[in-house]
Amino acid sequence: MHNSREPWLRVAKRDGMSFPKRLAVRLGAVLISLLVCGIVIYAITGINPVEVYSTMVSGAFGTRTRLWSTLKEAALLSCIAIGLAPAFKMRFWNIGAEGQVLIGGMITAGCMIYLSALPAWLLFLCMFAGSVVAGAIWGLLPAVFKAKWNTNETLFTLMMNYVAIQLTSFFVAKWENPYGSNTVGIINQQGQEGWFPMIFSTRYFISLVLVLVLSVLMFIYLKYTKHGYEISVVGASENTARYAGMQVGKVTIRTMLLSGGICGLAGFMAVAGASHTISVSTAGGKGFTAIIVAWLAKFNSFTMLLISLLLAFLEGGAKEIASKCKLNDYASQMVTGIILFFILGSEFFINYRLVFRKSEKEGSGK
Amino acid sequence: MENIALSLRNVTKRFGSVIANKDVSMDIRKGEILALLGENGSGKTTLMNMLSGIYYPDGGHIELEGERVNIRDPRDAFALGIGMVHQHFKLVDTFTAAENLIIGLDPNKKLDRREIAASIKEICDRYGFIVDPDKKVYEMSVSEKQTLEIVKVLYRGANILILDEPTAVLTPQETEKLFAVIRNMKKDNKTVIIITHKLNEVLEISDRVAILRKGEYIDTVPTAEATAASLTEMMVGEKVDLNIERSEVKDKYVRLAVSHLSCIDEDGIKKLDDVSFEAYSGEILGIAGVSGNGQKELLEAIAGLQPALSGSSVIFTNQEGVDNQLIGKSPSKIRNLGVHLSFVPEDRLGMGLVGSMGMADNMMLKDYKKGHGIFTDRKSPRTLAKQVQDELQVVTPGISTPVSRLSGGNVQKVLVGREIAAAPSVLMTAYAVRGLDINTSYTIYQLLNEQKKKGVAVVYVGEDLDVLMELCDRILVLCGGKVSGILDGRTAKKEELGMLMTGRREAVDA
Repeated sequence: MHNSREPWLRVAKRDGMSFPKRLAVRLGAVLISLLVCGIVIYAITGINPVEVYSTMVSGAFGTRTRLWSTLKEAALLSCIAIGLAPAFKMRFWNIGAEGQVLIGGMITAGCMIYLSALPAWLLFLCMFAGSVVAGAIWGLLPAVFKAKWNTNETLFTLMMNYVAIQLTSFFVAKWENPYGSNTVGIINQQGQEGWFPMIFSTRYFISLVLVLVLSVLMFIYLKYTKHGYEISVVGASENTARYAGMQVGKVTIRTMLLSGGICGLAGFMAVAGASHTISVSTAGGKGFTAIIVAWLAKFNSFTMLLISLLLAFLEGGAKEIASKCKLNDYASQMVTGIILFFILGSEFFINYRLVFRKSEKEGSGK
Repeated sequence: MENIALSLRNVTKRFGSVIANKDVSMDIRKGEILALLGENGSGKTTLMNMLSGIYYPDGGHIELEGERVNIRDPRDAFALGIGMVHQHFKLVDTFTAAENLIIGLDPNKKLDRREIAASIKEICDRYGFIVDPDKKVYEMSVSEKQTLEIVKVLYRGANILILDEPTAVLTPQETEKLFAVIRNMKKDNKTVIIITHKLNEVLEISDRVAILRKGEYIDTVPTAEATAASLTEMMVGEKVDLNIERSEVKDKYVRLAVSHLSCIDEDGIKKLDDVSFEAYSGEILGIAGVSGNGQKELLEAIAGLQPALSGSSVIFTNQEGVDNQLIGKSPSKIRNLGVHLSFVPEDRLGMGLVGSMGMADNMMLKDYKKGHGIFTDRKSPRTLAKQVQDELQVVTPGISTPVSRLSGGNVQKVLVGREIAAAPSVLMTAYAVRGLDINTSYTIYQLLNEQKKKGVAVVYVGEDLDVLMELCDRILVLCGGKVSGILDGRTAKKEELGMLMTGRREAVDA
């Protein structure tokens, strides 16, 4: 014991890295992760890694359709992450985005089915307002209970997901088309009422613009407004917020209305702007992936756009590999997992450095 | 030498670009009580953390009884008989005393509660502790938790005990008890190192004093040869005047009239019981009392953060002689009435400031609503932050550096600076100098005196009776949520204050 040696490896805190260095570490992490993915894929399939990546790139961006499809996925993911950002910044654990998106999408689908006779602008207004209000209500309920009775918002928002799923599943059965298919099918395929119009010969353009505008607004909201300041303070310490004269309950409720509303809007975009149908998998797990996006970006909406794009690229590319090499969907999830692992891991090296044991000669020199 | 227990040889520790300890070489003798004295941020805790295995030195090494040792983690430290009681207790709240004692010990050993209880009793009897093995930690008072931490260290067989600022959370009576225990340990030939910056305690308890300044080792001197002034000079690096100024009260009129103030906590227990007093402009009203006797509730009730029972009244009179009732109003309502009430709360980073924000963003905490429309005003808080940084000499890499990264003294300067900048009529401070070094403490006293001269009614909740008696014009003593007496600060006696604090009412009110 007394003769135990100096530890072989120690972790020491860094003083903070310069921005270019941080960027280099993060890019390095992405590169290493791509390398590891290549090796893994090669080991499984025997395909040349370079080919794998060109397949991925062409899978995600190769054709106009694929490019827009990737952008659409990224836009949807960003939109949800933008919605989650204020909630998580307030340290309100909103893991109910999945349900908020779904309920927004369901209302949109309902409007498309029942109000297709309305003039286009009025129909869009109904869809837009309906989805936002529905999402906001899904966010409001847990917030009110938290503000009044200090209930646990994590469980509450999680449970609200199941309410949304059950409701959707009820309406899917009700709106079933064709009869016996157990799906809603494409809504308004004939007249395309309530579909986003084609701009630059794509239907996804409007979604993309909407998300870009939202990200700018959210950035300003969180950073420069009084509301944003209140969110930061409440997130840091409720006691401090009360001391500063803020009404914590009011801030919580207001922020969750916003958070749920934006997530509901994402449901609107998913249905009216992309799938034109509704099913229990319309949100497709994006409500959870968006949590990672929001945290990784440290609630900076522009960084969220980039991370969403990366994830959408990975997903699109990995699907292409899977289909080309006759692997199933899990292969693509594995690739996404490997890459996320490296990106998250790089944060460690940005904050800490490793100190190895000096060689005996060097150590005793002093 | 034979009687050296522990030696540090050229020990250096860096955190990023900050050098916490630079080339420290010192010896600790067997069976001595060594006081490790130094200003805030002088590296006392870091140095001791290297002995207890929390940190590993970047340079130099440690010798135990002349033999070089590597302390890689707290387990190594315990194996070498070194145990440390940290300033922030490392206890599991929902576990009992006995369960906390055995955490991390041999996992293969059977849990024998009777045996543990017996060892606890044995340790307690030997040194004069009182510990109930079956009491849960969350039911314990601060002093009980500390006792448990010390017993934990002894239970694990420590011969060298390191106590990090042990008296910071104790009342004078509890401190005396702790010192008695420490003397018993010395009799039992244990080595005790006390990290502290309270000079009177150093002089009372220690055999020798080791002084650190800005991460560097200055000297070790026998306590018998040292005086408060000589130690301060070594610690600060220059002569410091230890007298606190107290000017006569001028233009005194009632600023704050508190009458029949009562409030209860969540469990319905009375925290304040029919408290009545007046605070005058241009005076410092001290509030003394054993911690947890209603001081926190009193200040928070006045600030609108604590609901009061009906019948309570706090009347604030402004310069123009207009009265305002503060009870039943929220902090923002109070501010909107034009009541300039500043409050430096006890929990600096948990209530007074936002730790993750920089100085600039913290400056606008109370008046962030002043900006145009929906946007916050970002310019004036930055100007104010720079002004506070210059005037109070806040050491920070920049005004956007999160304040949680600053040392305790600088954090307090930021908080007090902001509250004073709001040009208050009433300034309430709770434990304003707790954990601060001498220089910062005196800066704070001076700031309070400046406010007093400006005609501000200053309410100073303190724990150091010597300071209360030197600084305050009147001293109100709280005991069990009741006012047990109000004394004149110039004539009050320590014994009298002590009696009022513990609730014996023989003393005569001033």
